[in-house]
Formats: sequence, C-alpha cells, structure tokens
Amino acid sequence: MLETAITLAKIWGVLITLVGLAAIMTWVERKQSAVMQDRLGANRADVFGIRLIGLFQPMADGLKMFWKEDFIPPRGDKFLHTLAPILAFFPALVIFAVIPFGDVLRIGSLEIPLQIADLNVGYLFILAFGGLTIYGTVIAGWSSNNKFSLLGGLRAAAQMISYEVCVGLSLVGLIMVFGTLELDAIVRGQNELLFGFLPKWGIFVQPLGFLLFFPAVIAETKRVPFDLPEGESEIIGYYTEYSGMRFGLFYFAEFIEIIVMAALFGTLYFGGYNVPYLYAEGFRFPWGAEWNLPHLVVVFLQIGSFFIKMAFFCWLQVLIRWTLPRFRYDQLMKLCWTGILPLAVLNIILTGLVLMVV
Amino acid sequence: MPKVDYKNLPVNYQTSVQKAEMGLWEKIYYPEVIRGLWITTGHFMRNMTVHTLHLFGLAKDKRGAVTYQYPEERRPIHRRYRGRHRLTKKDDGSERCTACMLCETICPTNCIYIVPEEHPDPTVEKHPARYEIDILRCCFCGYCVEACPCDAIRMDTSVVEIANWDRTKMVFKKEYLMADIEGPGAPPKDDPPEWWLK
Repeated sequence: MLETAITLAKIWGVLITLVGLAAIMTWVERKQSAVMQDRLGANRADVFGIRLIGLFQPMADGLKMFWKEDFIPPRGDKFLHTLAPILAFFPALVIFAVIPFGDVLRIGSLEIPLQIADLNVGYLFILAFGGLTIYGTVIAGWSSNNKFSLLGGLRAAAQMISYEVCVGLSLVGLIMVFGTLELDAIVRGQNELLFGFLPKWGIFVQPLGFLLFFPAVIAETKRVPFDLPEGESEIIGYYTEYSGMRFGLFYFAEFIEIIVMAALFGTLYFGGYNVPYLYAEGFRFPWGAEWNLPHLVVVFLQIGSFFIKMAFFCWLQVLIRWTLPRFRYDQLMKLCWTGILPLAVLNIILTGLVLMVV
Repeated sequence: MPKVDYKNLPVNYQTSVQKAEMGLWEKIYYPEVIRGLWITTGHFMRNMTVHTLHLFGLAKDKRGAVTYQYPEERRPIHRRYRGRHRLTKKDDGSERCTACMLCETICPTNCIYIVPEEHPDPTVEKHPARYEIDILRCCFCGYCVEACPCDAIRMDTSVVEIANWDRTKMVFKKEYLMADIEGPGAPPKDDPPEWWLK
C-alpha cells in the first residue's frame, strides 16, 4: 500500500516536473536564441503590467492554442488524426520513467529509490519507446490527407528508423563496459574511479561512443540540424494539418524530448546523479581526504547534480539548434549510413579489444 | 565541345556558385561545428553577462542587445530626417505661409492643396484659407520645404508614426499642421533651430 503510494507520488512529481520544465523550455528556447543573436526575445506578455522577463509567454502560448480552431481535414482519418499527437507525446514522457534522478533516499527505515521504474532492461525500454515516436509522426502525416504532410511523415520515418540503428549501436559500447542494461547500475558503475582519480564516466570510457550517440539522438528527436521532417521554413512537414492543442501536443512533445534526451546524456555519459568522489557517506577524495556529509545533503547534492547536467544539455541542444544550418536529406542519410554506423561498429570492436586486454 | 576546366577559369569567368572543397578537417564535421558553437556561445556569454550586470544596476552603458524596444525606447532620429510636415508660425501665432503656391506646384505627387485668400491685414498680400496635405499620397521628398521662400513649411517634426484607421483623417488640415506637437517625437521649439546657425 505504502509502496504504491510512494510510486504514485514519484510518478506525479516527475510528471509535474517534466511538463513544467517543458513549458519553461519553450521560454528558454526563445530567450536563449535571442541572447545568442543579440536580441531580447519575447518580453511582451504581461499580467497586470508585470512582465517578468517574458515568463508568461508559455502561458499565453498555451491559451492561444486552446482558443484556436481544432480542425480535422474533412477527408482525413479522424481517429488516426487524433491518435497521432498522443502517440508522439506519450513515449517522450514515458522514457523518463527508467532514468534515475537520484540514489536511494532513506527516511527512517524506509528506502525510496529515486527512479520510477528500476527495469533491468531500462536501456531497451528507452530504445523501444524512442522507436514508438516514429508512429506519431508517420500517422500524423498519413491521416492528414495532404501529400506534403505524407511526404514529411515518410521523411520522418526514414530518418528516424535509420538513426534508431545508430543510437542503438553507438550505445552498445557503453553496455559492454558496464555489463548491464539497467540504467541504475550503469549510473552506479560510473561512480567508480578510473586510474584511481578519474571518475568512470561514460564520456571517459566511451568518448567515440558519445560523439556518435549525440548527433544520432538529436536526429532521433528531429531537431535542427536534422529537422527535415518538419522543415517549417521551406519543406512542409508532417504536422501541417494540425492546429490548436493537437499541434500543441507535438510542440510540447518536442520540448519534453529535449529534456528527456538531456537527462539521458547526463545519465549515460556524464555520471547521472553522481558527483565526482561523492559516495553515500560523503566525499572520499583520491588524495585521501574525507568529508562526511549527512544523508539528506548527499541526496540533495545528487539530485542537484542530475538537474545541473540536464540543464546543461538542454542549453547545449538549444545552442546547436540556433547555430547550425539544416542538413540536406541525402547528406543526412549519408551521415547516418556511411558516417555514424561504421564508426559505431568500429567503436564496438575497439571496446571489445580494450576489454579483452584489460 | 572542349571540356572546360571550371575550377581554373579566370576570375571574371567563374560561376557565382563555387563549391569549396572540403578537407578531412571539415568532413569529420565536429571541429567545424565546435568552432561555430564557440562563436554563438561567445555571444551568449557576453550578452548574458551584460544582462546579469544590468540586473544589479551595473554596466548601464553597455547594451546586451542591439535591438530597440520600440514603443518605450526610440531610435534616435537624425535632425535632418524628413518626418511629418508642419507649418511654421509668425510671432503673433498666424501662419507664415503666404499662399504663393510654390510647394503645390513643385509637389511631384500633387498632395498639397492650397486655397489662397486675401489677408485681413492690408500690409500682407495673401494667406491660405485652406492648406491641406494628403499624407497618403506624399512621398516625403521634401521638395515643398526646399521650394518654400519664407520657411513656412518644414519636415523637422521627427514624427514617424503617421497612421489612422480612417483615410479621410489622413488629409491633414492647416490647423493640424500648425498645432504644437507633444510627445517623444516633438520638433525643436527654438526657431530657427540652433543648429541652423552653426
């Protein structure tokens, strides 16, 4: 009973945090792009004259979307047209369930693992639900009764299926190093030390893997420079026929994906919730110094570390989106099949060799 | 047909679209991406620092953005900017215009309409009973100002927001053109302006 209540509370907390962060990310995207381009960005939405550096803009956007006409193309497929945004939105949220955002929290005799579902196939779970987002985009294109939407959907399908392979293969090296598919175990493994001083973060044991995984994931989430499925400025994308909150769901799903992928980068390659040299009892520095900390402080530091890493990768993804121009479609496919894929296989072989020697 | 070596044509024969050959450094993509990201990060960091300093009331002379926040913050308008017209006044407050029709004659868009009238003062020959500018037709060339022999019409008001919901209100009457302009874009009050004398 208590366990169910705790799990529900965790789900509720994570859901609220994610959706709230996604709303803030729409604001961050606007403001950060503005600051990068020497502008100020959205700052006009006000409530009784209080502008609060544009923080009301997400609310104004949401209100606008609710008031818009909810249009379904007359000859489109009504059921699939409604289903598509849900299919795009749901997997993005669900992926976060297996990401650990902290170590075990102890209150009295109660042990609460700070992760919704500690699946021993967490990594496959992520790939599976990442693959499910393809359905959202393809069905959206198909059900719109618009040839440009359909083409956009097809582009999305081809791109995402291709990059799915790259995402999967570039992560294999990491699994080989830590010998598990369980995300919590991968994060725990990253708290060990390499050569006695370097934290065994994914980036240090799998540098090539990270360099391959990063672009593949950005392509998987359909962000610039790989945003050909949408291509809102030139080639028309798969959600052309969506308006109102249906479009809002697609838009929102994109921002949730940014956050989830940022959390994933942090978890897999940057030690997750780990702070270097911080263990359950406190800091144990490699030069022998010790600094014991109370349990709650340690948990707080770990969650803080997780969120800082997540924030950094959100920032980096927005930075990339506002810096790089878009790939051409053939370049995109070429990068996947002749660039990332062979290198990912090479990475697997190299990792295997190193593991055999060590 | 002889094969043309497009790469080694003399400069004036070269096509406008030239594909740069990419070396390995560009082809591995990461170094160049990082170079690009470095530039945008530089802008981000610099502007963010300035914004943060502004939050604490510091470094007010530095701007974090190159844009103007328009209704509150106006672009400085050059004093020779040709804004909305105004009719200048004599010391007694009557119009300086003598209805000589030079501006109406020179106006390339025929947007000025003058009805001359006998001046009640016998020492003055004429004055305009009506002086109207159809601002929708005006092309802001400033010829009327140049043609005027008695400095009766000027475009030094710096008024740029000329808009209305009604076309008929865009024909400016004499009284409107002579009225004092209040607000942020008001014209210089000294007559003649100081900078004319320099």
